[in-house]
Amino acid sequence: MNLLTETAAWLTNPAQWAGQFGIPNRLLEHILIASISLAIALVLALPAGLAVGHTGRGAAAAAGLANLGRSLPSLAVIAIAIPVTVLVDPVLGGTVLPTLVAMVVLAIPPILVNAYTGIAEVDRDLVESARGMGMREREILAGIELPIALPVVLGGIRSAAVQIVATATLGAIFGSGGLGRFLVDGLAQNDDGQVWGGVVLVAGLAIATEVALGLLERLARSPGLRTPGAGAVPQMAPPSPLRGA
Amino acid sequence: MIDWGWLAGHLDAIAYRTWQHVYLAALGVGIGFAISFVLALVAARYRILYPPISALAGILFTIPSLALFAALISITGFSVVTAEVPLVLYTLVILVRNIVAGLDAVPAEVVEAADGMGHSRRQRLWRVELPLALPLIVAGLRLATVSTIGLVTITATISDAFGGLGHFILDGYHLGYFLTEMYAGAVPSIVLALAADALFVRAQRRITPWARTRATEAAA
Repeated sequence: MNLLTETAAWLTNPAQWAGQFGIPNRLLEHILIASISLAIALVLALPAGLAVGHTGRGAAAAAGLANLGRSLPSLAVIAIAIPVTVLVDPVLGGTVLPTLVAMVVLAIPPILVNAYTGIAEVDRDLVESARGMGMREREILAGIELPIALPVVLGGIRSAAVQIVATATLGAIFGSGGLGRFLVDGLAQNDDGQVWGGVVLVAGLAIATEVALGLLERLARSPGLRTPGAGAVPQMAPPSPLRGA
Repeated sequence: MIDWGWLAGHLDAIAYRTWQHVYLAALGVGIGFAISFVLALVAARYRILYPPISALAGILFTIPSLALFAALISITGFSVVTAEVPLVLYTLVILVRNIVAGLDAVPAEVVEAADGMGHSRRQRLWRVELPLALPLIVAGLRLATVSTIGLVTITATISDAFGGLGHFILDGYHLGYFLTEMYAGAVPSIVLALAADALFVRAQRRITPWARTRATEAAA
């Protein structure tokens, strides 16, 4: 049997589509793990990035932090985190929690960098005139800077989300759930159909995430800036930046 | 918590795995750069080809590395090819986009001046455009190298023969969370990634003293 038919056979086997170890449940686990870590990363990085972009203070520190976060190999972060996470929960601390830590570390740099560069690159004349009109700093950030910078900010969130979806597979090596299970179990059982079925599913989810959030980014572009060639939107969003997985 | 005796007994193994880590990463970035360089020159010359090349590299980049390594095992077996193909593929998106961006950043007046001086297309490329694109090219190499050093750890999932320092992380885990060994892989691999990053920052400054600020911005 060749690879294609094996994969098709595995994917279409009804047994794969039910139960705790079935595709729907693994997909749900994957999305759940990815969403939780994205939420944590957003809480940690987004307000900080917006503040740095608005005030211009701490840009060097944010860039340094982002660069450090990008340099850390995810597998190494998982290993380093284990002694700490087992203190939180003896069972989950050895499986899903360290992966969660690695995903948060991975997601912070793109969210942080895009948030602050997006805001910082908003035309300063606009900000000054808003200030002249008597808007408060908070209003300027929420009403002027954020809408203009939104596509760039969302671009950072998109690449963070895609990287998280990809990295969540690593958790399976350490016994956590998600779609990575099919890859790890398939390899262990020498089951090519399962490995390739897992590859199709996880690559599909990653690409779907990229496409869906890319669409959202396009919708978020303010109609006033949607004219072709409008230079107000900086092309800062690193195309599909670094990923540790 | 740390078993110093184990560390002392495994210095040779750690040295070997460190060397393997550097070797696997250098091979991946080297081949990736050669391919990207050609692709970027083609894309810069025939503009219409850039969107499809960039999009294809971007899609490849989206596929999780663990999935790509696992998938290749059933095709290329437990060989170095299985380890290197994904490493090379992941560098393409970073390097092609940075090389093209570097060439695009060359001011039109400079290109025109080169033409006016009678440079042929080839002379203009090698003597004018590429030297001016160098800061962005080196910034791309920096990103690609650091990312590849991280990805090499995951080649440990292919077999014990690969993984560089990542081998210790997986082996320690399989021994029932033997932290000493896991840390013996994790800590040096982080040091390696940070060292490579620092090395490229220095190289950027040395190669392009005139572009000190531009190069660091491009890498951010």
